[in-house]
Amino acid sequence: MEQQAPVLEVRRVTKRFPGVLALDDISFELRPGEVHALVGENGAGKSTLIKVITGVYRPDEGQILFQGEEVSFSEPRESQEAGISTIYQEVNLIPLLSVAQNVFLGREPRGRLGLIDRDRMNREADEILKRYGIRADVTAPLRSLGLGVQQMVAIARAISVDARAVIMDEPTSSLEAREVETLFGVIRQLRQEGVGVIYVSHRLDELYEICDRVTVLRDGRVAHTGELAELSRLQLIAHMLGRELADVQKEGATGFGEEHETAEEPVLQAQGLTQHPRLREVSLTVHPGEVVGLAGLLGAGRSETAKAIFGAEPVDSGSLKVGGEEVKMGSPAAAIKAGIAFLPEDRKSEGIIPDLSVKENIVAAALPRLARAGLVSEKAQDELVEEFMQSLGIKASSPDQPVRELSGGNQQKVLLARWLCMNPKVLILDEPTRGIDVGAKAEIQKLVDDLAVKGLGVILISSELDEMTEGSDRVVALRDGAVVGLLSEDEITEGNLMELLAHGEDSGNGAKENGRDADG
Amino acid sequence: MATRTADPHTTGGKFTWRERLFTTLQKRGAIAVLILVVAVSALAFDNFLTAQNLQNIVLQGAFLGLIVVGMTFVIISGGIDLSVGSLLALGGVLAALTVPVFWPLALILPPLFCGLIGFGNGLLIAKAKMAPFIVTLAGLLGIRGLALAFAGERPIGIDGGSPFAWFGQGQIFGVAVPIIVVLVAFAVGGLVLARTSYGRVIFAIGGNEESARLMGLPVDRTKIIAYTTSGALAGLAGALLAARLSAGDPNGGLAWELDAISAVVVGGTLLTGGAGSISGSLAGVLLLSILQNLINQVGTLGSYAQQLVSGFFLIVVVVAQAYLTRRQRV
Repeated sequence: MEQQAPVLEVRRVTKRFPGVLALDDISFELRPGEVHALVGENGAGKSTLIKVITGVYRPDEGQILFQGEEVSFSEPRESQEAGISTIYQEVNLIPLLSVAQNVFLGREPRGRLGLIDRDRMNREADEILKRYGIRADVTAPLRSLGLGVQQMVAIARAISVDARAVIMDEPTSSLEAREVETLFGVIRQLRQEGVGVIYVSHRLDELYEICDRVTVLRDGRVAHTGELAELSRLQLIAHMLGRELADVQKEGATGFGEEHETAEEPVLQAQGLTQHPRLREVSLTVHPGEVVGLAGLLGAGRSETAKAIFGAEPVDSGSLKVGGEEVKMGSPAAAIKAGIAFLPEDRKSEGIIPDLSVKENIVAAALPRLARAGLVSEKAQDELVEEFMQSLGIKASSPDQPVRELSGGNQQKVLLARWLCMNPKVLILDEPTRGIDVGAKAEIQKLVDDLAVKGLGVILISSELDEMTEGSDRVVALRDGAVVGLLSEDEITEGNLMELLAHGEDSGNGAKENGRDADG
Repeated sequence: MATRTADPHTTGGKFTWRERLFTTLQKRGAIAVLILVVAVSALAFDNFLTAQNLQNIVLQGAFLGLIVVGMTFVIISGGIDLSVGSLLALGGVLAALTVPVFWPLALILPPLFCGLIGFGNGLLIAKAKMAPFIVTLAGLLGIRGLALAFAGERPIGIDGGSPFAWFGQGQIFGVAVPIIVVLVAFAVGGLVLARTSYGRVIFAIGGNEESARLMGLPVDRTKIIAYTTSGALAGLAGALLAARLSAGDPNGGLAWELDAISAVVVGGTLLTGGAGSISGSLAGVLLLSILQNLINQVGTLGSYAQQLVSGFFLIVVVVAQAYLTRRQRV
């Protein structure tokens, strides 16, 4: 196997987007008959690399070779015809068409007069699906199936063409344990047939079970490539997070101060949050004046936990108390009323209103509270806005400047101000410093610190280890949607945290089939 | 794990009877209503079920029907074509202008020229990624202007003695020629939509364009062909209407694009794309046409009645569709 020519080779590929270097001189080899894990944190470049290979994007520099020949696909169709099948993380099928039509779209069996032979199509679709352990009425519309079965149909569609390379982007994110087993059976069969498989996943257990080699991407570069079996879990995580095992103890690079004095009574108590299949029995408490870090790799359930607490996502079970009072789950309005504020990860699509002014953005959520008999005094608004622009140090030419003209850091502060107007008791920050320059980062970190000192309870989510370890008074580590460990005060070191993420024991009810990814 | 009881390997559980009812209503509602209306009318009016009256009804809808075939393709693909009314006028004018030169050309030039304009629409929509609504709205305005300019702002007469007139006024075995043409168009359209790869791709694009692209389907080409077909059929409808009326009227086909859209939607095609059928569209056209006929039969009602009833049908169908699309997103 070692000496065989690669079925797919990426040579020194670079891909730029406005303001971002998504792929930086990437080289990658997929050998026939190997399952090659492709891993990396959010923004590492996995999705871009896949899209460059399949022809959704064109590389700016570099070459792609398929079966020894240079190729240049301008559309997914061309890569598919050449023999590269792709299964995307989101089910990419047509919900209104029947299962059989989805399996055969674009390559339907023809009968007389070149018309589609429906009977044959249904029969063959049924056979293909049975081979992959799927029992479903092939004439039913796809949307009548569960998400897991839909994903299996997508996999069946991709594999039933004669592909030489199969790319699977988080194929198990919506599968049940039994379906995962079926899928692994299929992958082993592909390996025997000499097909190369690129397998993207964040679930370490799966990677070690099915993959032969691994390529770790970080910030658009190849951080590591080699045999997976030779790499310990800790080493793998160290590569993903960009840490040398030796110097994970180094500290002091962020704007956070010391630990905080915390009150006795918790301000927030979340109990047994479960959202099948992404969260299992996640519990956490936050005291006033305490910063609780939610740690985990991509897809561990950090954002899902935050959204469940805020009521932005419905939960199957679990309860929430703020200041000792029960809060209705699944309703952001109830959460806000109880005093929870939430700064989402994606501030562009879930937060700021770019064309409105700084002032309008800040008071947007507080307007109902400021109103007297439906009218809002301009003076009251101006005072409020003035106060927060000063206390948070928002740099804008005036309160009337459109928010889109501000820097990322200042946009984040505007959002923070919007929530602080509401006098929250608990503040949830999901990646508050992502995409913000270094100076503004330290400022935001200091702000979070100050707010905690003033008695706010803070839940902090961050992919940056130093932010997590230095910002938090306590850390709750998540893996595959369940709490796997807790660290407090002196235990909070990057080394301990990575150890937990790699080996921490599942404290939930034991099932091993979840951890849905939130983003690509 | 314990919380989930449903077996993921079985299926059909989520398809509730309510959803089934709405699906059936949405897909087959037009045909059911059509049968009902015909039955009631047959009982209520003595001369409704005569061959002559039925022929009148179908003939009335024939020219719109040709447009509806193309419109069905476009709407199922998730688009819209507002330019067809103006294209019909242009087709009529082109036919009237070419009859004196060489009459067979009057049958070929309008669909060819209008198809070319449809091709242009398709290019702008598929390749330049412009909104179908805007592109074809521009067409609606511009093409009307073109038709008026070609015709010198007046209807152009066609010599009734020309063999060309037969295509509008002639009969084959007692059936008017335009009816035969439109029935052929519906038959071919239905076959293409339901039983060819091209047809399935149309549905796929309307269902989820991004998925269709990622599945490697020829999205751009399929869309361009749909708009080209829509344009060509509008041109052909214009030529046949001119042959029927012995004149090419640059003001003809006003607001027909809206009638065509109504017929398609009443026929059960989702305005958001991804679902629909040609047979439904045929029922939709006939329904609109029968309403007009009934109101003529009653005689005491103005044309407002037809608009009122069409509007009512449309809203009922659209409500059923909205319910369905919401279900689909959940």
